[in-house]
Amino acid sequence: MNNTPSNASTTPEQPRLRPMFRLQWEEVQQSWVMLFPEGMIRLNPSAAEIMRRCDGDRTVDQIVGELEQTFNMTALAPEVQAFLAHAREKGWLT
Amino acid sequence: MNTTDPAAVPPPLWLLAELTYRCPLHCVFCSNPVDYARTHGSELSTAQWCDVLTQARALGAAQLGFSGGEPMLRDDLEALVAHAHELGYYINLITSGVGLNRERIGALKAAGLDHIQLSFQDSTRELNDFLSSTRTFELKRRVADLIKEHGYPMVMNCVLHRYNLPHVDKIIDLALELGADYLELANTQYYGWAWLNRAALMPTAQQLAEAEGVVARYRERIGKRCQILFVVPDYFEQRPKACMNGWGRVFMAIAPDGTALPCHSARTIPDLEFPRVDQHSLRHIWYESAAFNAFRGDAWMREPCRNCDERHRDFGGCRCQAQLLTGDARQADPVCSLSPHHGTVEQHITLARKPKEQPLVFRNDSNSRLSLRGG
Repeated sequence: MNNTPSNASTTPEQPRLRPMFRLQWEEVQQSWVMLFPEGMIRLNPSAAEIMRRCDGDRTVDQIVGELEQTFNMTALAPEVQAFLAHAREKGWLT
Repeated sequence: MNTTDPAAVPPPLWLLAELTYRCPLHCVFCSNPVDYARTHGSELSTAQWCDVLTQARALGAAQLGFSGGEPMLRDDLEALVAHAHELGYYINLITSGVGLNRERIGALKAAGLDHIQLSFQDSTRELNDFLSSTRTFELKRRVADLIKEHGYPMVMNCVLHRYNLPHVDKIIDLALELGADYLELANTQYYGWAWLNRAALMPTAQQLAEAEGVVARYRERIGKRCQILFVVPDYFEQRPKACMNGWGRVFMAIAPDGTALPCHSARTIPDLEFPRVDQHSLRHIWYESAAFNAFRGDAWMREPCRNCDERHRDFGGCRCQAQLLTGDARQADPVCSLSPHHGTVEQHITLARKPKEQPLVFRNDSNSRLSLRGG
């Protein structure tokens, strides 16, 4: 079902959370978590901010721009790229 | 070092709702209690289950498993899934596939079911149908197609033992053919019916090593197409598993009659009285009950666990295994090579190398009732 992009080594332009994963805020844990078949991963705040924007519409550049604006920071691109590569490697993103 | 202080108790993140012990299959390795027939006719009502789900969610549970027995035998499953979905659970259905027809799988999808775990007993019709004492192999294949068709993530589960370890490659091939996203190869854990049948099911160390080699080769070949989980058979290890991630730390199971358990096999331990959801709130059960606090922290531990550097990593292993193999749930899990009872595990393995002609005991109501009479 989840077609793997042909060039698996690069981050897709418009990253999207794979359908088997669900991202949600957990009040009791006071954190964003990623839920999947019989598993749960707690995301740290910066990972959560990136993952929440992986909706298949936003481009990587847009994600970086939004984060820089929201958190009043600059030059976030390398960090975001590195995390997206990690998420891709883990199979979280299509 | 006693950490049973309530402030130190983490919330229950995982709830397993064992909706019924009724099951159309009769698997020889079933982990349900052998005396399950005792609770027939006393299943929680729809309203009671909904209340349990609401309470557990408020405590922090996010992962929810509907299992059994066969959960599809509850005709209120769709209603329970809908309620759970509204509460925000990630909902897993753990099923044999029997009863999962096109109409119900669609209704469950509409209600918000997130994922289906489908069990196979083997990659061959002969062994699948023999071990479950049913003709279900073809049905399971059809159900697998339905699961894919409806866009669910699919976990295929297969319990491993001496009869199917030698052709684990065929089982992986079947998972790939059916398009499973995950394949859970779960080596038999010896509780419940599997404990009764342990002499017949126990593999050899060589079978296990070969199967692990096969799994490693497949993983390399198939990449992320299907993730293979290989649940190690702890009898062949030198250190115990961190069973349930520690007693009363993450996991709560509710048995069909509303008994709350820190692990679904916990009733193996005879001197604990397990609280019931129709008598206590889940909050009380999780934080206050004697049963859930029995093996929290490390004050309960005996030597060699008590002063062991690894006690906060594996929590002394599995309490049910300690009970079954030593007669005392407070002992170290005898899987541990540091346990003075480690020899008993080795005896069980050795015994199985020369099995007596002992018939398999199938999981069914009449065998369960026999156990109640001490048979």
